[in-house]
Amino acid sequence: MANLKDLAKQKDLFTGGHRACAGCGAAIIARQVMMAAGPNTVVASATGCLEVISTIFPYTAWNVPFIHSAFENAGATISGVEALYKSWMRQGKYNKKINFIAFGGDGGTYDIGLQSLSGAVERGHNILYVCYNNEAYMNTGCQRSGATPRGADTTTAPVGKVKKGKEQYRKDLTAIMVAHHIPYAAQSIAGNWRDLTSKVEKALSIEGPKFINVFQPCRLGWSYEPELTCDIGRMAADTCAWPLYEVVNDAYRITYKPKEKKPIADWLKLQGRFRHLFKPENKPLLDDIQRIVDKSWEELLKREAASLPAQGSQSDLTSNPKS
Amino acid sequence: MINMAKNNIVAWTGNEAMAEAMRQINPDVVAAYPITPATEIVQIFAGYVADGLVDTEFVPVESEHSAMSACIGASAAGGRCMTGTSSQGLALMAEMLYIAAGLRLPIVLADVNRTLSSPINIHCDHSDTMMVKDAGWIQIFSENAQEGYDNMIQAVKIAETAKLPVVVTTDGFIISHGMERIEIIDDAEVKQFVGEYKPENYLLNLDKPITVGALDLPDYYFEHKRQEIEAIIKSKAVIEGVAKDFSAKFGRSYGLLEKYKLDGADCAIVAMGSTAGTAKMVVDELRDKGLKVGLLKPRVFRPFPKEEMADALKDLKAIAVMDRSDSMNAHEGPVCLEIKAALFDEGINKILINYIYGLGGRDIRPEEIEGVYNELFEAIKGKSKDKVNYLNVRE
Repeated sequence: MANLKDLAKQKDLFTGGHRACAGCGAAIIARQVMMAAGPNTVVASATGCLEVISTIFPYTAWNVPFIHSAFENAGATISGVEALYKSWMRQGKYNKKINFIAFGGDGGTYDIGLQSLSGAVERGHNILYVCYNNEAYMNTGCQRSGATPRGADTTTAPVGKVKKGKEQYRKDLTAIMVAHHIPYAAQSIAGNWRDLTSKVEKALSIEGPKFINVFQPCRLGWSYEPELTCDIGRMAADTCAWPLYEVVNDAYRITYKPKEKKPIADWLKLQGRFRHLFKPENKPLLDDIQRIVDKSWEELLKREAASLPAQGSQSDLTSNPKS
Repeated sequence: MINMAKNNIVAWTGNEAMAEAMRQINPDVVAAYPITPATEIVQIFAGYVADGLVDTEFVPVESEHSAMSACIGASAAGGRCMTGTSSQGLALMAEMLYIAAGLRLPIVLADVNRTLSSPINIHCDHSDTMMVKDAGWIQIFSENAQEGYDNMIQAVKIAETAKLPVVVTTDGFIISHGMERIEIIDDAEVKQFVGEYKPENYLLNLDKPITVGALDLPDYYFEHKRQEIEAIIKSKAVIEGVAKDFSAKFGRSYGLLEKYKLDGADCAIVAMGSTAGTAKMVVDELRDKGLKVGLLKPRVFRPFPKEEMADALKDLKAIAVMDRSDSMNAHEGPVCLEIKAALFDEGINKILINYIYGLGGRDIRPEEIEGVYNELFEAIKGKSKDKVNYLNVRE
């Protein structure tokens, strides 16, 4: 695995000069994923923030071949690119080793693109799908998605006189992907470069369909100051709002265990979208959110424990550095 | 598995002929999803893949939307790509059809015409193709399985020369499942005719990374669409050029439209697809009786051959335009509207009657077509007729 110094010296495959907001987590994720992937990579993207900020004609932030066609089809699009590659390799028309990476936001992955993604991984294409998960439709102005957590204030599940933000729990997409029995699935965050780049490198070393669900603080939609993106990402791991783990051939391994699991309120209070939860009358909702976080974390620990005999000890990804 | 006859004359269904054309074209990628009545095409083709008869990577996608998305990915990556579908499948693809054309990707699609729900119905009309007539695809209609086969082979060259996607249609069940005598071209000759696809810019060219599908704001979008419009305008010459080559090599001639016994005719029917075949028989019978009738068969609906159409119809006294779909515009069917506009442009004012027929697979029989000719003759004699008629429907 490369160290930070080496990564910083690389030619940017996702360049600066794009139109992302200051403090955008999606741009951090794209840059770090590309650092880990290297130049022999073809990228497909769903419609969404990442595509909009990086490809305003006649400019592009991509120093690798890139394709965007629509919102719900990043999985199918990268399948097509990879299928052509396989065909050409078989015909002897091509001989380079190439990574195929698709990016989609949570809207393009959890919701409208889920079928296309499910089909792509079920067919076994040799691809890595990276979801930059900012927990709502941020490109169109923070509408609720299947990834939006209970209690969050969004523009289509707003906090009002009787409603307290989104009423439903978010779906567990990583578990859905694990249920496809793909060789590699993981969760990572913007804010831990080592965790993210290691997982991308590991994923790309494996043949077959891979999926990484990268938690991405969004300074506009989550409503916080732009310099806090990485801190809020790391706090999500420290509170277990977003546990970091990987599932290799169905075996779970938690890649970051906070020394002291912080209360979820520590993370929620950093974000404007949860402001209303701290009113006294919303205490039951706040307690419920903590209950769900605890339950999910306990389940994850159990899954890891059940997987342990299968995998031996691995400890290369246990730090959550501030760098 | 289809057994090839040694003399290249076979008895095949339309779907078998389309699948055979695909085998001979040997595309790099086929991505497809089953739907009646097109299913057989990709089913037979999957058999060719299983037997190693083609180099194709077959992507059995989970929807038609993904079929076209995967074709777009594979085509942008630099490959020759094909798919097949019908009806709801084409409707589900609609979003991606516009994108394929906008990205100028030479994808070839076999559409086996079937009506659109609701009510659900698996049989032929042209509603599906008409729904996407403005998507930027070249649309070629086939009268029979032979034409479907020949059109598929020509479509590859047309698409790659015009840098536009092409849909070749055959009428569901009537052509797709009807067995016909078909002349098949030798594999080597098809290979030579379609040649090797050499894309200018493509994703797998790592030495020249490109961004495909960039966000095009008001400062550039219109110029890019204008170029696409120009490509469609110029594709008329491409289609005619490819038809000329095809005809020189294989003897069967094609153009933007086919004029059948129009010379000296007083009345003509305009019909696309298999109905043109039925109408030809009626024309022959009526001509034998001394009636001056003819047929105009548009082969290419997009680009719309408006000058050629107006020229072909200019000497007639009365014209019936047969539409196997309705535009739900409280006005006329799509083919009739376009023909009327073409005639208006040339200052031609004729008796022009629209017949909506055959929706949801309602049969169109020779006696009904003869009835249409009779009505045209009555109209010439001054009998007043409705502008739009619904043929053989209970009202």
